[in-house]
Order: sequence, then C-alpha cells, then structure tokens
Amino acid sequence: MHQPEAQPRHSIYYDYQVHPAWLPPAGAPAMHEPVVIVGAGPVGLCAALLLARMGQRCLVLESELQVSEGSRAIVFTRRSMEILQQAGVDARITEQGLPWRFGNSFYRGQQVFRMEAPHTEDERFHPMINLQQQYLEEYLLDAVQAEPLIELRWGNRVEALRSFDHQAELTVDTPGGDYTLNCDWLVAADGARSVVRSQLDLKLEGASYEGRFVIADIRIDLPLPTERLAFFDPEWNPGNTVLMHREPHGIWRIDYQLPAGESPEQALQPASLKARIDAQLQQIGHGHLPWEMDWCSVYSARALTLPDYRHQRVLFIGDAGHMLPIFGVRGANTGFQDAQGLAWRLALVARGLAPEGLLDSYSQERVGAAREIIDEAGKSTRFMTPPSRGFRLLRDAVLSLSLSEDFVRPLYHWRTSRPHAYRDSALNSPQDDSARFQGGPGPGEPPLNVRLGEGDFLLDHLQNGFELLYFTDEPALPPGLSAALAQARREGLPLRVTAVGPEQTVADADQTLADVDGQVRRRYGVAAPGAAYLLRPDQHVCARWTRFDVARFNTALNNALARPGVAA
Amino acid sequence: MNSKNPLTLAGLETVYDALAASIDRAGVDKSELLLVKLALLAAREIGDEALFTRLIEMAQQNL
Repeated sequence: MHQPEAQPRHSIYYDYQVHPAWLPPAGAPAMHEPVVIVGAGPVGLCAALLLARMGQRCLVLESELQVSEGSRAIVFTRRSMEILQQAGVDARITEQGLPWRFGNSFYRGQQVFRMEAPHTEDERFHPMINLQQQYLEEYLLDAVQAEPLIELRWGNRVEALRSFDHQAELTVDTPGGDYTLNCDWLVAADGARSVVRSQLDLKLEGASYEGRFVIADIRIDLPLPTERLAFFDPEWNPGNTVLMHREPHGIWRIDYQLPAGESPEQALQPASLKARIDAQLQQIGHGHLPWEMDWCSVYSARALTLPDYRHQRVLFIGDAGHMLPIFGVRGANTGFQDAQGLAWRLALVARGLAPEGLLDSYSQERVGAAREIIDEAGKSTRFMTPPSRGFRLLRDAVLSLSLSEDFVRPLYHWRTSRPHAYRDSALNSPQDDSARFQGGPGPGEPPLNVRLGEGDFLLDHLQNGFELLYFTDEPALPPGLSAALAQARREGLPLRVTAVGPEQTVADADQTLADVDGQVRRRYGVAAPGAAYLLRPDQHVCARWTRFDVARFNTALNNALARPGVAA
Repeated sequence: MNSKNPLTLAGLETVYDALAASIDRAGVDKSELLLVKLALLAAREIGDEALFTRLIEMAQQNL
C-alpha cells in the first residue's frame, strides 16, 4: 500500500499544504480515461493546462500529497513565461518573481566576464525570472483546480504499466489500495526517476559527468541585486566552481562543487555545510551576516535523453525523457517546451482532428532539441566541471589568461536555455515564400513578441489554436480565406485569423490589431500588404507567405496537422 | 607550413632559449599551465583552427 508523506515538508519560508489522497471507490470496475498524465510537477501540470485549453480533458496522477521539496527549479526563461502565459499563470509569477538579465563571473577576485541577456521594449517578459518551484507549482495547481477538464488525484502512484500498444493499462496504488486504470494516451511527466520509463525498460543515452554540486538555500539579507554570480577556483574551494542566485523571500541559492572523492553524505553533514557556506560568504565580503538553512541537496551533471519520446500510446515530457545539466537553466525550461509541443498535438489526435502520426513529429522535434542542448551543455559542463586532466588544464589556462586577455572571456558564458527552432520539422510547409522575407521568424522558429501599447503585446492576443496573422490594409479578408475559415470551424479545428495593419475592424477576421507605427510589420519582415504567417498552436511558425493564397494555406494547414493526404 | 615570415635559425634559437627559461621560471607545478596558455595565445595569433589542429597532430607524433 502506497504511503506518501502526510506531514507537511519543512521550510522556513514556504507553508506546505498536505492534500487529501484520492482513494478508489470499493468494488469499482476498471476506469477508462482518454488522457492520463503521470506526475504533477511543473511540466505535467503545464501539459494538463495546455491540453484543457485545447478542449481535451485529462487525469493527473501524483504520488505525493504536496508540492516539491525545496526550491529545485528557480530560474524561468522568457520563453517559459510565454508558454506559462498560454497556460494562464504568468501574471502571478511576474508578480512574485525576481526578474534579471545579468550574470557575473569572478576569478581571483576580479570580474572576468559579464553576461548581458538582450531585452527590448517589445518583450513582455524579462530574459529570466527567479521563483521557487513550490510557488510555481502552487500557481499551476490553482489554475488546474479552476479548470473543469482536469482531474488531479493526490497520493496515486503508478505501480505497473502493462500493455501500451492500443491503450495503456495501469495499476495505480493509493493509501486505500490499488486499482486498474486504462487510458488511450499516457503522458509520462514523472521526472528523472520516471516509473513509466523503468516499466517500459527504456534506457537514456548520453553522458554523466563526475562533478557533484551541493545546492543549498539559505535565508540571508545580502545587499546584492538579482544577478547570477559565478566564482571559479575560489580560495576556499580550489579548482572548483561556486554559483549564487537570488530568490524571492530573502532566500539565496548557493551551489558549490564538491572536492573530488567526497560523498554526498559527507557533503551534507551540517558542519561541512556551515563551514563552506561561511567561507563563500567570507569570499564575497559578507562573512559577518547571520543566515539560516532552508533546504539542501546534492546534484550531479548528466546529459542524457531517450532516443524517442513516443512509445505507441506512451509519451514522455520533461525529465522523464531527458536529464540535462542545470548550467544554463535547462531542466524545467526544456520541460515546458516539451509540454507545449506535445499538448496541442495530443489534444488534436485525442479529439480525432489529426492522425496519430502527428505525435511522431513531437518526438522528432523535441529529441532534436534535447540533442542540441546536450551538445551545448556538454561544452558548458566541461568548463564548469572539467572531466579529465586535459580539460582541467585548458580550463585553468583560460581562467589565468582571462585576467589580462579579452579573447578567452566569452568561454565563461554558458549558453542559456532558449526556445528551439524546428527548422527541419516535417510540419513546416515546403511551399511557402520564406526565402523572400527580409526578416522575421522563419519556418519552425518561435514567434517574436511586439509591444502594441502600454502593457499590451502581440502574444497576449494569441489563443491556443492555429493562428493566421494576415497583414492587410483592406476592410475585409479575401473571400477564399473566409470560406477556408468556415470550413475549418465546421471540422472543429481551432483556427483564428488576426488581421494586422488597419485601424478599422477587418470584416470576418477574429480580431484586428492596428499596427499604427508599423512595428509588427517590421518585426515580421513584412514589406507589403497581403503577407501572412501561419502559427501552430505552440506559436511556432509553420509557413509564411509574402503573397497569401488560399490553396497554399490549405496545404500548409494540412501539412502541419500531418494529414497531407486530405484534399484542400 | 610556410608562414609569410619564416623563422630564421637565429629566431628559432631565441624562441628555444626563451621557452626553456620560462618553463624553468614557472617550475614543475606551473609549467604545463604556462605551455597551455602559450598555445592558446599562439592559436589567437595564427587565427586558423584547421592549421592549429594540424599543428597539434604534428606535436602528437613520436612522443
């Protein structure tokens, strides 16, 4: 019998709420659900909300009774915030989080590199925002509770997964005994130690790195701005690296690398933690300040992925499918992109609006993204925690040179998580005019946000279906487009047309955005009226035309639904 | 591997002596670090990663 922890977890700043476990009714027959998500972490909850926004109901199983232990993922990127905006929780994160865009690297007391993430007035969200994972999960849970299409069962742990070819058959254990649950589609969002992955006996591919880090959250009143701090080879921890991040509620995250050969148990001894945190505070000139420990853990860098995120009726998102080094904030931020990439496809497939094959493009796109991240993160990880004598020598040579030579300093910059561009996606229309554009996002790329007015941005106006941005100066849509829209609606396809340009409302368009100063046209490289962009429900571009025509639009829409056989 | 300004014998001898003296000054603990720093500075001056990779391969021979 599953016995999840029923006492609230300890925290000096977060008030844990223990939810009642869901227990199966006695003697109930096997249940059937269209979509089951395993895991109510940030990625699973985000997927549930995005599925619901597409009209698809789902059941979420969570083995624990409360949100994450400790702050865990604390840095969320601009793209994650845009995805969380689609899920409807961005406002609370913006309200509570600490935005930032600068990173500083220090060696021998000298600042040797300053990272500046670009930020313009066309962006609604900062490049990065810091917030403890417990709060993010709480906001997602509140949104889930307000969503009638989602059911969440606390204290439900997947014990076994039997068949998975035509449907998935689960045994779920609860504090009140186990029960059988069948579903058409199973989404594994159950994290690095995924039960679903081990039940299917799937192996992650890639590398594990030797370097281990202690992650410690302390409450301390440091007079420092919200910027990332990195210390290489500090006097108190020779040869190793220390990172610091500011979190809300007076909390600071200190990550420090363990000396080679030290075990996690040794590292987490209170006396060891205290001595090292004191030494780091001494290093930055604040050794006299009082502090209090909230939570600590040990982390080791791994760069691993499943080679395929779809196994018939089972789909993997987040850490269940891959484990990525934290340098560059790639864990949760990659997971949100997985959730977004899967949710719209699964909703359309489950609702019978697209063939199963659409899900294969999810796996192709996101495994490709994970492999690219692994390649990039490998470079960062080899710099942060050199895996061999040769790499250590080169890293140390760069540290030494960086005190006087500019040319090596960019090597300090570990590439930060960014939205993946699906340039080779099968869903990109082969027949668009992309090459004729002078700028703007190309096929497979994420959208560009544009400031339309005070607190008003282009992405605020997009919903969770396909969106056609039609650039015009006419009072009405072309007749063929209105007919194509009507056809899509009869089929139940979520598709909207946004007319961009004129100040008066364009007839038949779902909305009209006046592009008074031409900034939307500039950002999207539109030189003349009649151009259009087709955005997928995850907002990535799948086709763009300098001169829109309905035949090519229909082809592109069918291609993006993986149904090229359907006549336009 | 001809550069535009080939190293004369006298020039090579100067480099030989300077490098030897520098390795001695750095000491056993730091001479490897010195040589790697030197290699990175030389790579910047050469400005050609393909050529530098060939130089690494040449150095790797007959160790």
